[in-house]
Amino acid sequence: METQTIKNKDTVTKVTEKISGSEAIVRCLIAEGVKVLYGYPGGAIMPVYDELYKYQDKIHHVLTRHEQGATHSAQGFARISGQVGVAIATSGPGATNLITGIADAQIDSTPMVCITGQVPSHLLGSDAFQETDIVGISTPVTKWNCQVTKASQIPEAIAKAFYIAKSGRPGPVLVDITKDAQFEEFDFAYEKCTKVRSYVPIPKTISGTLEAAAKLINEAKKPMIVWGQGIILSEAEVAFKAFVEKAGIPAAWTILGASALPTSHRLNVGMLGMHGNYAPNKLTNECDVLIAIGMRFDDRVTGDLSKYATQAKVIHFEIDPSEVDKNVKTDVAVLGDAKASLTAILPLINESTHTDWHQEFKDLYAIEYEKVIKEDLYPTKEGLTMGEVIHQINVESKGDAAIVTDVGQHQMIACRYAEFNKTKSNITSGGLGTMGFGLPAAIGAKMAAPEREVVSISGDGGYQMTIQELGTIFQQKTAVKMVVLNNEFLGMVRQWQQLFFDKRYASTEMTNPNFVAIAEGYYLKARKVTKREDLAAAVKEMMESKEAYFLEVCVEKEGNVFPMVPSGASVSDIRLC
Amino acid sequence: MSTEKQLFTISVYTENNIGLLNRISAIFQRRHINIESLNTSPSEIEGVSKFTIVVNMTDENIKKIIGQIEKQVEVIKAYYHKDEDTIYQESCIFKMQSDLLFEERQIQNIIKESNARIVTVNKSFFVIEKSGRKEEVDLIYKELKPFGILQFTRSGRVSVSKQPMEISQMLTAFN
Repeated sequence: METQTIKNKDTVTKVTEKISGSEAIVRCLIAEGVKVLYGYPGGAIMPVYDELYKYQDKIHHVLTRHEQGATHSAQGFARISGQVGVAIATSGPGATNLITGIADAQIDSTPMVCITGQVPSHLLGSDAFQETDIVGISTPVTKWNCQVTKASQIPEAIAKAFYIAKSGRPGPVLVDITKDAQFEEFDFAYEKCTKVRSYVPIPKTISGTLEAAAKLINEAKKPMIVWGQGIILSEAEVAFKAFVEKAGIPAAWTILGASALPTSHRLNVGMLGMHGNYAPNKLTNECDVLIAIGMRFDDRVTGDLSKYATQAKVIHFEIDPSEVDKNVKTDVAVLGDAKASLTAILPLINESTHTDWHQEFKDLYAIEYEKVIKEDLYPTKEGLTMGEVIHQINVESKGDAAIVTDVGQHQMIACRYAEFNKTKSNITSGGLGTMGFGLPAAIGAKMAAPEREVVSISGDGGYQMTIQELGTIFQQKTAVKMVVLNNEFLGMVRQWQQLFFDKRYASTEMTNPNFVAIAEGYYLKARKVTKREDLAAAVKEMMESKEAYFLEVCVEKEGNVFPMVPSGASVSDIRLC
Repeated sequence: MSTEKQLFTISVYTENNIGLLNRISAIFQRRHINIESLNTSPSEIEGVSKFTIVVNMTDENIKKIIGQIEKQVEVIKAYYHKDEDTIYQESCIFKMQSDLLFEERQIQNIIKESNARIVTVNKSFFVIEKSGRKEEVDLIYKELKPFGILQFTRSGRVSVSKQPMEISQMLTAFN
């Protein structure tokens, strides 16, 4: 049936169609270009699943094994593609199981739309079966959320959700839709959202700040760049590289900024923060101008704020005004989108090389190489190191793989040593530190970029938090490569217990199952390596596999990650052992 | 920058949205900032709500809080003012036993001198209303207390700023 409605005061007529709310939800998703979504059915969302069944040639629903897996898969999808990831769940426990992924997406600025079913509106507030106040619960961890109780509100709510999730500083949004709104029929028409009057996605650059920043940069003798995910989110990689190269400034990255500039770039001086590289941490406290771009001075990056770059003038390129002066007082804040700001500042920057200053980074790298890196990558002692596994993956991938990590020691080692030629290649849970993120995130990443090699690296602890997603991999035939670096410990906590709690290993030792048998139980190819001489061949076999492949590597039990900035210490007090 | 705490009046102009009170109060709760008073009402602009929030905090932190509030998608604009930059009032009502009104002459004097007014009187109780600054409300409370107050309620602060809040122009520019 077709009807015509009149929109607003204007006499624009739109063609509408009478359809159900649930069909509208699916049609909205298709209109937003969604081809894959991750979720789990249940009572309050069943009408939508019924429509997903009808529209399965246009939109592919991936049944994860837990709703948390759905959010992490949606996140992996978003992080590798730059598109909005979509997760869907039923009311009550289905909805609450999304929360960890939503919180993760919020703190790591990942665009994600979550759709939850809700009990019929007449039952709201009655403690009905599987009723939970998901709008209330998700409020502190969403960029925006809303509840829809009428079918006619669905198109606008979903359009707004996608716009808000993706624009400005991205983030997760949640739309909760009651079951009666899913059944109700209404006149459907879809229009994408392009603005929300109370919302300024990209703040205006304050006049004069670009010039002031350029002046500081041009006059600097020891400038240093610290960049974050903002470069990747604004797709500013080309502009950023041009800026770094013209200004000749050593540049270091936060964990989420990794891969925005190739690892091999001569001005890439490594990772910042607690387990970052020696030189950028030390020299943060010696530079005269610190240029922060699209990063938020997280405490894992800054250590003790009262001893962080106090000698330096600080320039902050930032899209979110609330981040300016939040942790580190800035001298010049350049508000706006990183790509636009970097493009605009480029002509104002003098060409420079800062050769002597750059040499200081090289000298400190040489010390770190001797004391830490050499033994990590080319160990002479008996046990296998996590570093040599990452090194072997580099050898096979030649830096072209996307690396998806979980959280812990293996994550720090992977981020330190993985080589990245391409942007959007380091997918990890940075801000929230969500164990269990890796495996489902790798599923989403591989589905969004099937042409890319996607390697998930986990520890034996985090892997078991979402191990059930092996079922998703099997069912979807997702060719994810999975590596578990098994040290039979919750390694990072154990490292802290060793260093700060007199080796009292409280509840960090793991008695592990037969991981290979579990993978084989899901009919996946699997192999276990315990000896150095088998490592190269096993990694090669994994990387050459056309289908999913599980590789367990038994690494030394009590290996530690160094360098390390002890919690609460200054970045320049970074320890090499 | 002052590290001493002082009272600030925060004015938040927002879309009229059910969940927003939760979102805004969570910003304070997460940071252990006690809200001294909170009032929500329509604003001078049709369809736009206004939150008036009084908090005791440092100059540095109030700026961060404003940033966090403005970051919310449905917040149009947030302002903060020191007491000297606003005209503000709060209101309170007292319920007292009726016989006091006739037996205690002093009560009538208190009402008169403090510019309070009697809202209603019946056989068992009468109700006094007083609007003013916080100190004035505190004073009348202190004066009436010895006579026995049956019930007492005070409102949140309502305030207008001495300087214009250029919210209307902002919205006009948007549309």
